Amino acid sequence: MLLRHTPTEIKERKALTVNPAKTCQPIGAMYASLGIHGCLPHSHGSQGCYAYHRSALTRHFKEPVVAATSAFTEGASVFGGQANLLQSIDNIFTVYNPDVIAVHTTCLSETIGDDIPQIVAKARADGKAPAGKYIIHANTPSYVGSHVTGYSNMVKAMVDYFATSTGAKTKAVNLIPGFVEPSDMAEIQRIAEVMGVPYIMFPDTSKVLNGPLTGKYKMFPEGGTTIEDLHMTGDSKGTIALGRTGAMAAARALDSKCKVPCEILDLPIGLQGTDAFVDKLRLMAGVNVPDVLNLERGQLVDCISDWHQYLYGKRVGVVGDPDQVLALTKFLVSLDMKPVHIVSGSPAGKKYVKALEEVVADIGEEVNIKVPGDMLLFHQWIKNDPVDLIIGNTYCKYIAKDEDIPMVRHGFPIYDRMGHSYFSTMGYRGAMRLMEQILGVLMDRQDRDATDITMELVM
Amino acid sequence: MPSIPILKSREAQIHTKGEKPFDMTCGKHSVAGSVSQRACVFCGSRVVLYPIADALHLIHGPIGCAAYTWDIRGALSSGPQLHRLSFSTDLRERDVIFGGEKKLEAALDELIDQYKPKAAFVYSTCIVGIIGDDVAAVCSKMQAKKGIPVLPVHSEGFKGTKKDGYKAACDALFKLVGKGSTEDVSPISINILGEFNIGGEAWLIKEYYERMGVQVVSVMTGDGRVDEIGKSHGAALNVVQCSGALTFLAEMMKEEYDTPYIRVSYIGIDDMAKSLYDVAARFPDNPEIMERTRKIVREEVEAILPELNGIRKDLEGKKAAIYVGGAFKAFSLIKALNYLGMKVVLVGSQTGNKEDYKTLQEMCDDGTIILDDANPLELSKYIIEKDADLFIGGVKERPIAFKMGIGFCDHNHERKIPLAGFRGMLAFAREVHTSVTSPVWQFCPARLGNKEE
Ligand code: SF4
Ligand code: SF4
Repeated sequence: MLLRHTPTEIKERKALTVNPAKTCQPIGAMYASLGIHGCLPHSHGSQGCYAYHRSALTRHFKEPVVAATSAFTEGASVFGGQANLLQSIDNIFTVYNPDVIAVHTTCLSETIGDDIPQIVAKARADGKAPAGKYIIHANTPSYVGSHVTGYSNMVKAMVDYFATSTGAKTKAVNLIPGFVEPSDMAEIQRIAEVMGVPYIMFPDTSKVLNGPLTGKYKMFPEGGTTIEDLHMTGDSKGTIALGRTGAMAAARALDSKCKVPCEILDLPIGLQGTDAFVDKLRLMAGVNVPDVLNLERGQLVDCISDWHQYLYGKRVGVVGDPDQVLALTKFLVSLDMKPVHIVSGSPAGKKYVKALEEVVADIGEEVNIKVPGDMLLFHQWIKNDPVDLIIGNTYCKYIAKDEDIPMVRHGFPIYDRMGHSYFSTMGYRGAMRLMEQILGVLMDRQDRDATDITMELVM
Repeated sequence: MPSIPILKSREAQIHTKGEKPFDMTCGKHSVAGSVSQRACVFCGSRVVLYPIADALHLIHGPIGCAAYTWDIRGALSSGPQLHRLSFSTDLRERDVIFGGEKKLEAALDELIDQYKPKAAFVYSTCIVGIIGDDVAAVCSKMQAKKGIPVLPVHSEGFKGTKKDGYKAACDALFKLVGKGSTEDVSPISINILGEFNIGGEAWLIKEYYERMGVQVVSVMTGDGRVDEIGKSHGAALNVVQCSGALTFLAEMMKEEYDTPYIRVSYIGIDDMAKSLYDVAARFPDNPEIMERTRKIVREEVEAILPELNGIRKDLEGKKAAIYVGGAFKAFSLIKALNYLGMKVVLVGSQTGNKEDYKTLQEMCDDGTIILDDANPLELSKYIIEKDADLFIGGVKERPIAFKMGIGFCDHNHERKIPLAGFRGMLAFAREVHTSVTSPVWQFCPARLGNKEE
């Protein structure tokens, strides 16, 4: 009864977040930066934040996560962080020699108002940034938005700094994923590959945060979008952004900067989500959908029909990042399940909430939605009106245990299970995996609760 | 192994024993642009106060600082679990511009009514230091209104190192000391300081002292309770564990209440036994305490020895690298590893001072690398150079060790088992053994490479 302190009575809380369902911008920026090949993320602020961001990512991915810090002292906090950043840039290129430094700010450097581009220009003028090396930046104050905002800001910075148009269009399609797992990025690429669509994906954390054991520690692993590719995004035929809160800003920026038209889709979670993605890709690239994808799709439909009886009517509590929650909720509704409590910690705007409301409008039950909300509220809702299943990050396990409800881990962070960085939940195959996880916990529960009389061998 | 460039300004923080005269630079702020493994003042305060389970821990600042410290420490409580929740004022842009005092006050008001804690700690993070909220004033107002101690913890991250966070935590704790009645405190009594009950370690240690016949008034702060801290000034002795997160408090209590203190370590057989004997020796008028202590040590050691010796056979001659927070812990680890027949080839810390490093180099063999505030590149370079079989560190170090194909043991927040005490020594030995002799290494390129040589 770890959450024994959760009261059932729900009061409006204005001044207070209890058990947050989000975290701060810089960690999102750090994650996005790791998706550029040869990039060292740099946190401009005191070293505590950055230590936490690195630890949190390390815990989630079980992979080395490196980044540097300006290591603010009291002096820097009063007089500004220019001297620190200049020294950082010098030290980083001398010691670690990355291709790119991706600077993000923290609450502290934002509040004192450091002007990063100006400091970087000074570093260039002082000869502290060698030719052929890049320094990009994103503003990521955490008192605005959340980790998703930070991710979005850094991905947009990639466009602002790197995208160029030579005037000659290529056949490539830009793919911009939201804040998703390395496995998801790999799955999105696989789909583009089997369709024969030339693409540039950015950022790309696959093989960076799910790399092999090689016997060596590599500060800059194999994966990541190359600078050359980032430059070329401006010449692509079009852009598909997956997720409004995580990927839209970059796609829009690319459109206005280089006239690359963009389409904004939901994350390709579930049958319809994947259909939408595949269809957009087909149209944009002018290709046919290959048999292998049709096969996967058919298999997914088959699975749904086989197992629908066990999913139908099940009530679900969903908590997570906005893009994930929206796409996931659509999938659940399409499986005939009833998402009745929905919380996203990150602010996402009125339009978002409306979109979510539309998805659940016809499930035949009152639905609680709070964006932004926290895990305390989520727990209170579940206490007052229990569900059959919880889907959310690792922190949900306290609720799941206390209320004795089956749970599927999804989103960020996941500190206590493996798989998320290797097995995608996107695309048709990913949808099958999600279903497998959901069915697994529901049926384990059924078996656990079965009496000798109701125990079934075949399900 | 190609050599890596070492920053000029870091050269004085890395030494190879026996190469040149030893003079370690340390206690410095990390160099800008370094990939330091260190954290901040807030982190220091939070880890110290975290295990006080019947207190409210409210983090005044933007959401991140609270989110990252939500139940990451694994400090167990036998009763209330309030410390494992995450409370934050979640400052937004408006608050940063107009100030967050009102929000803080409202939050405290709500939380104290709701959870009825014994005390409340309010941590101010970086941003609060910059916008200049008068946290102390809000706290004293709420203290008067609610009738419980409401204590500001001045832990703005940029105001120093993790060590300064320990100090801020001790300042806050000190305000709780002396608040309770010492009526039921025996003259043969101690406080245990700096034991955070990770994996239930405080319970192990407390049990030893109680079996000796010594009353443990308070464990600060493992499985901590506000009332126990309140009467801790009645204890005859403060026993301060390891690197001394709580040394500041021991000093303050010595000054104010005349409570003497000793420093001990609960890691490894020798140090554990010594920390019991040292306490027993403090009560010479009661020789039966020393007798009981001898008996306890004998029994406990006998109980673990057969298995330890078995493990030792497999580990004899293997090499270890240590990179931990406190240097004091490193001393004990070196001894514990030596006991297992292992050789320490690298040792470093995040917070060691000159004295500490002197001791370290005296304990080590020639050729051992000793370093302060290292980065992953340095660590990996020396681990490969020295051909270590085991790396002992914290969260961020684990995947680095595994990428290099060597064993790992967490001696920080991530572990789930007690590594202190006699039974802890056995648990430590088992964990090291499990990791170093894991069958996975036979499939690993580093090990394959070594075999081919
Ligand atoms: S903001 Fe300051 S207090 Fe919070 S984690 Fe960062 S350095 Fe530490
Ligand atoms: S200060 Fe801001 S950036 Fe740093 S950890 Fe806290 S919320 Fe995140």
